[in-house]
Amino acid sequence: MRVKVAVDPLTRIEGHLGIEAVVDNGKVVEARSAGTLYRGFEQILVGRDPLDAVQITQRFCGVCPTAHALASSQCLDNAFGIMPPRNGRIIRNLIQGANYIQSHILHFYHLAALDFVRGPDFPPFVPRYEADYRLPEKTSQEIVSHYVQALHIRLKAHEMSAVFSGKMPHCASVVPGGVTVIPAVDKITTFLWRLKELRDFIDNVYIPDVLTIARVYRDYGEIGAGCGRFLSWGAFDLDDEPDVAKRKRYFRMGRCVNGQLAPVDPSKVAEDVTCSWYKAAPPAHPAAARTEPDRNKAGAYSWLKAPRYEGAAYEVGPLARAMVNLNGGPPELGKALDQALTELRWKRENLCSVMGRHLARALETQALANAMADWVLQIKLDEPVAVAHKIPESAEGMGLWDASRGALGHWISIRNQKIARYQAVVPTTWNASPHDGKNQPGPIEEALLGAPVGDGNNPFALARIVRSFDPCIACAVHLVTPRGRELGVARIV
Amino acid sequence: MRWASAATALTPFSESFLPRLGAALAEAVKEYPIIWMQHSACSGCSVSVINTIHPSIKNVILDQILPGHQLYLNYHSTLMAAAGHLSTDAAMETAKKHKGKYVFIVEGAIPTRDGGIDGTLGEEDGKPVPMLEWVRRLAPGAMAILAVGTCAAYGGIPAAAPNPTEAKGIGDVLKMLSISVPVINIPGCPCHPDWFIGTVARVLLYGVPSAKELDEHGRLKVYYGKSVHNRCIFRDYLDDGIFATKFGEVGCMLEIGCKGPFTHADCPIRQWNSGVNWCINSGAPCMGCTEPGFPDAHSPLYQRR
Repeated sequence: MRVKVAVDPLTRIEGHLGIEAVVDNGKVVEARSAGTLYRGFEQILVGRDPLDAVQITQRFCGVCPTAHALASSQCLDNAFGIMPPRNGRIIRNLIQGANYIQSHILHFYHLAALDFVRGPDFPPFVPRYEADYRLPEKTSQEIVSHYVQALHIRLKAHEMSAVFSGKMPHCASVVPGGVTVIPAVDKITTFLWRLKELRDFIDNVYIPDVLTIARVYRDYGEIGAGCGRFLSWGAFDLDDEPDVAKRKRYFRMGRCVNGQLAPVDPSKVAEDVTCSWYKAAPPAHPAAARTEPDRNKAGAYSWLKAPRYEGAAYEVGPLARAMVNLNGGPPELGKALDQALTELRWKRENLCSVMGRHLARALETQALANAMADWVLQIKLDEPVAVAHKIPESAEGMGLWDASRGALGHWISIRNQKIARYQAVVPTTWNASPHDGKNQPGPIEEALLGAPVGDGNNPFALARIVRSFDPCIACAVHLVTPRGRELGVARIV
Repeated sequence: MRWASAATALTPFSESFLPRLGAALAEAVKEYPIIWMQHSACSGCSVSVINTIHPSIKNVILDQILPGHQLYLNYHSTLMAAAGHLSTDAAMETAKKHKGKYVFIVEGAIPTRDGGIDGTLGEEDGKPVPMLEWVRRLAPGAMAILAVGTCAAYGGIPAAAPNPTEAKGIGDVLKMLSISVPVINIPGCPCHPDWFIGTVARVLLYGVPSAKELDEHGRLKVYYGKSVHNRCIFRDYLDDGIFATKFGEVGCMLEIGCKGPFTHADCPIRQWNSGVNWCINSGAPCMGCTEPGFPDAHSPLYQRR
């Protein structure tokens, strides 16, 4: 029997998202995901002072504002022809790194864990889908107590970020040319102590909990594989090479296709609008694409565009970074991943799964936190934090950066010293993209295919798959979706 | 370290929830159902509020927000376990069952163009339900509405020119819908956790604040009564005539766009993120994020007004 299962709103993600799946004999055979909020940022940015983009674009998302601050300031650096001095580069990395830690801990404990762990019997833990909680009562209670502990510990990651960014969410000190904050020994001390506490939590609580859940939900080491193609712009600059494609980054820029590494050329990105409610046009590069709504377009079912690299869909995020960095990236990350896989008696292929995403997220948190302890000591107290900028009459700029959730690109056109055009392609647009002109599904849609959902009354498998991508819809959605295309089948939920 | 709270959080969960069991026996604990709805928002205010330290966020969502006062977070889309109809039904049931007794917390502006089609939450009979409709359903029965953040209070970022979705703050939306329920604004981009907790405490302990406790923009004067400029840590630079002219330079930041003189908030004395820093102390000019005119009245952000 073919039935349609809908989960709308999908909670415990950032923003507003609905999911629809067509189920045949208990398995998903067709899937649609759609965002449900439009704010019109592209329109709001036009005509403003280019400097204001760093502040305005952070308001795309209160969970990952630092990533937009970083992409936007690098986009302006690029347009202005400047590079931050060493202190500016390092402090930007620390601000972003602290938010990776914050975001990953929050995602695992507060957004994803309740899919696997039965919480206590009062709001906000009830109501819930009542099925498939497999952990023994005692283990469940332990992880719920870590849920509570994680609420406190993620706050310290925010404090670390604020030590250099002024405040969080929405940091104040990131500007084109570097940062505004003057480093001093008190800031470095307070940062190091908080980082130590976080590293203790990551090593002794976060990673063991992910492994505990992975051991019990072994089938989720195969469920939700996705498209098998991965892209990362890389993040955390380690030198000041002006060409971003040549710049050394802690997480490097690259692609991984069927296990093979490949270089990445930013000019090969194009946004396909075949199934999106925008006026029909051939796929176009984000620096040139138009955003003209067409709410009645035949065949369209989403307000997300479909970014493609050389015409193919790519998954982005911690798993993509892991795949791109497993061989030749930070050695400690590759080692930790292989060690975890050995412990679970899994192969590298098992990384392409719901549990693989959680594992990749946790282990990159650990590698990054360790690296940050070295970076903070590289700050020189007597060196400048920013270089001066001059807003050109007319310029183009590009900022490519990996947010905690994956590849993030900002593109600006400046005319008469004002923003003439601003476009962002964010991680969730890659992951939650709709089908394209070649009828290829987006990565989340593809990951949902074959998912076991039984009668559809408790569609927890769908939620587990979608949440493993850590979708962030506030960033992604250009416009509202009234609904996915009507599939002409029975509604269950 | 002053962070003893991590140790208490490690308490096994059966023990850490004892206060709740105590509540059922003692009957002294007052319970308040909460519906917290995110509209045209970035979730930044929710993320900020969970940075509260006194009380801890554990106290706020799982325990007593104030001794003897317990919140029940019956709807919060980022935190709740439920999804789909299971979640929105919980909101409607709360509104029905606790009419006149629940607090409706609004985060984000409300899109109003074409009946609010730009922002929807859930669906009924195959049709999306606009956020505007949720306000129509949930606002009238609330004992009070708290507008968390500048977008909820005054429209904020989504309402910035050209305001493509005709987004409005909750006060303006209630006027539009002719709904009369007391609204207390807790602006900021984001809202500071202390401002939120304090405003909730004001309502729980003493009821809805009187007009004289609020300023002309509906904010509690205790938090928003004085300008950032009046208590600024950089006042000595102003007195000495030392002005920053570019980023990373030390001095009063009026010339690079500081909006402290036009902004009402206690950031200079309260500071942010457990007091580790705040905008001006990080060398960045105040953007005026707690004001009804944010961001347009303060743009360009880095130019003297």
